[in-house]
Amino acid sequence: MWEYAPAPESRDIADLKPAYKMFVDGKFVEGTGEPLKTINPATEEVLAEVSTASESDVDTAVKAARKAYDRVWSKMPGSERAKYIYRIARQIQERGRELAVLESLDNGKPIKESRDTDVPTAASHFFYHAGWADKLGYAGYGPDPKPLGVAGQVIPWNFPLLMAAWKIAPALACGNTVVLKPAETTPLTALVLADIIQQCDLPPGVVNIIPGAGDVGAALVGHEDVNKVAFTGSTDVGKVIQGQLAGTNKKLTLELGGKAANIVFDDAPLDQAVEGIVNGIFFNQGHVCCAGSRLLVQESIADELLEKLHARVSTLRVGDPLDKNTDVGAINSREQLTKIQELTASGEAEGATRWTSSCPLPDKGFFFAPTVFSGVSQAMRIAREEIFGPVLSVLTFRTPEEAVAKANNTPYGLSAGIWTEKGSRILWMAQRMRAGVVWSNTFNRFDPTAPFGGYQESGFGREGGRTGLEAYLDV
Amino acid sequence: MSDRLTVAKTYKLYIGGKFPRSESGRSYPVSDTKGTFLANAAQGSRKDARDAVSAARKAFAGWSGTTAYNRGQVLYRVAEVLEGRREQFISEVATSEGVAVKKAQSLVDTAIDRWVWYAGWTDKIAAVLGSSNPVAGPYFSFSTPEPTGVVAVLAPQQSSLLGLVSVIAPVVASGNTCVVITSQDRPLPAITLSEVLATSDVPGGVVNIITGRTAEIAPWLASHGDVNALDLTGAPESIRADLERSAAGTVKRVLRNKQNEDFAATPDMSRLRAYLETKTVWHPMGV
Repeated sequence: MWEYAPAPESRDIADLKPAYKMFVDGKFVEGTGEPLKTINPATEEVLAEVSTASESDVDTAVKAARKAYDRVWSKMPGSERAKYIYRIARQIQERGRELAVLESLDNGKPIKESRDTDVPTAASHFFYHAGWADKLGYAGYGPDPKPLGVAGQVIPWNFPLLMAAWKIAPALACGNTVVLKPAETTPLTALVLADIIQQCDLPPGVVNIIPGAGDVGAALVGHEDVNKVAFTGSTDVGKVIQGQLAGTNKKLTLELGGKAANIVFDDAPLDQAVEGIVNGIFFNQGHVCCAGSRLLVQESIADELLEKLHARVSTLRVGDPLDKNTDVGAINSREQLTKIQELTASGEAEGATRWTSSCPLPDKGFFFAPTVFSGVSQAMRIAREEIFGPVLSVLTFRTPEEAVAKANNTPYGLSAGIWTEKGSRILWMAQRMRAGVVWSNTFNRFDPTAPFGGYQESGFGREGGRTGLEAYLDV
Repeated sequence: MSDRLTVAKTYKLYIGGKFPRSESGRSYPVSDTKGTFLANAAQGSRKDARDAVSAARKAFAGWSGTTAYNRGQVLYRVAEVLEGRREQFISEVATSEGVAVKKAQSLVDTAIDRWVWYAGWTDKIAAVLGSSNPVAGPYFSFSTPEPTGVVAVLAPQQSSLLGLVSVIAPVVASGNTCVVITSQDRPLPAITLSEVLATSDVPGGVVNIITGRTAEIAPWLASHGDVNALDLTGAPESIRADLERSAAGTVKRVLRNKQNEDFAATPDMSRLRAYLETKTVWHPMGV
């Protein structure tokens, strides 16, 4: 392995403040909930104190969003809404370095990912949706589709800024106003986005951002004056929210967990496949709902592929998220690290063969070395449950039919990967995958023009593309 | 006047292309709107519902795998066969719903035309709802609608044929299969419709029809792990929220439409969209 000199990005770029406030009705205000301390998962040091919303703050935020909807945003011509949203896209680009460093500090993801994926994709989501604001009549939902009203949105900690963009951009483009709750462990970039929104002069109340834990999310989605709920997070919480909304008229979209199969056939270009497998499970420390966490390898090439995979994974650099050479950063929280440790222990206990990279790990912070389990059977927990960490489970198959059956043998259905040189086989497989996104000879590609979302217990509704607008229109 | 005694029909369930009695052995009397006895209908049970789901699941791969052109022809064939039995349906609808013959004629004609309308959609859905996605990178990305899977349909309680057809046709047009609980008090046209389906090249198991108490059977479908979507149209008001809560246990897609839907009006795409997933496929471009 090559020795690299440290190449850390300066944390000063993040312009970290000692304290952050909620953003309600166009102003930064103290919440009346218990303030939380957000930490850097790579060092366990406190980054900042963040005020949180109480139930009455949730109500205030929803009222502000309602007022902004009734008086301003729903009456504004789409062409004007568009220009506000374009402004946001531009400001995200302008403050891209600040956002990237802050994201890596708060979330633990490598700077090369926050810099090259999270921040630019967040900007592109605003830019893409801005253009829809005055063209909704062309989207296939009738000549003049109407917005829903106030959207209550709850997002996870794995892509804090990007998920905020996925939620806010289409909501605004369709004419809704927003109350968004970022995740408890990663509230900072959403609050810088609030600063951007304030600088863009968005009318007060159009976007409100209220940090807090799950109870704040529950109060938000349960608020009687919320018309639309969008949630990205675990399947367990998604089910609770769907149940909570039973009997109401609130429109709901859910983007939940996954246990994607990444399927490699014997004719696949193996070196490319190895890169795709590594990207599929170690991108963002495996904190990805669409991660390729089940590798299905055709039996005849399993040994060869596994050898290449071990060699490649051994070169991954785990450590300081701000170092530009880091491939795998910090696990987002102690709680998540414990969950990963518990599930990997179950893999060993159930008889799978564990291989873990011998890479050095930092002394402090939450880190987990990239791990590959082979000899995994479908009944094992590591083949069924979402680990949400840098842990890959390897299973084998003999025929394409067996690959299809194993890939679809899950209540989830978010994504799948297919690696083969044979075009007809790609299309045959893609057709049979019960999953919302199928990457063939690639993995983990995202674009605002390409609808994203799950089948079955991975949720319903789509984000991105023409299809994604349906979630925020009264159709 | 003939002195010949007519042969009365035994109304049974329609599951997996066959006409079984309820496994429970139960039946219940069905009357017209004035209270005159018409026939006994099978009173479906939990076991019947589960059998129907398993038949629908078994039929899903085949039906969703047929070409859109083929599905269109099968749906059109339903209209053809229904047209051939128009007089029978007019009489049954008039009796079941207590409407004048002229009104019943219009309801039956609209029901026939509705199959034709949805038959024409099968090979257009993907073009209208799908897309090729202009992604910012060297990839070809396309999105295409796919059927959700097995749909549990609670048919409207009032509109015994037109309402029923209006909720079934959009489910099967896109390749889903379904389990339908008919109108509880007006189930007879539904059973006669199943005879049409059975003779119209609709593969067994694609549409399964259960008569009985909606409030008794619906909860088993709402909580069933192998049901992917639930249409609440005909659900009694008192259990709608409970059914939705059960459905959340397996993240089912729930259509919350109510019975006041105007089934006589030309539909839009919303019932088609309700049971469609979008699949996005990516592949790199390069030499």
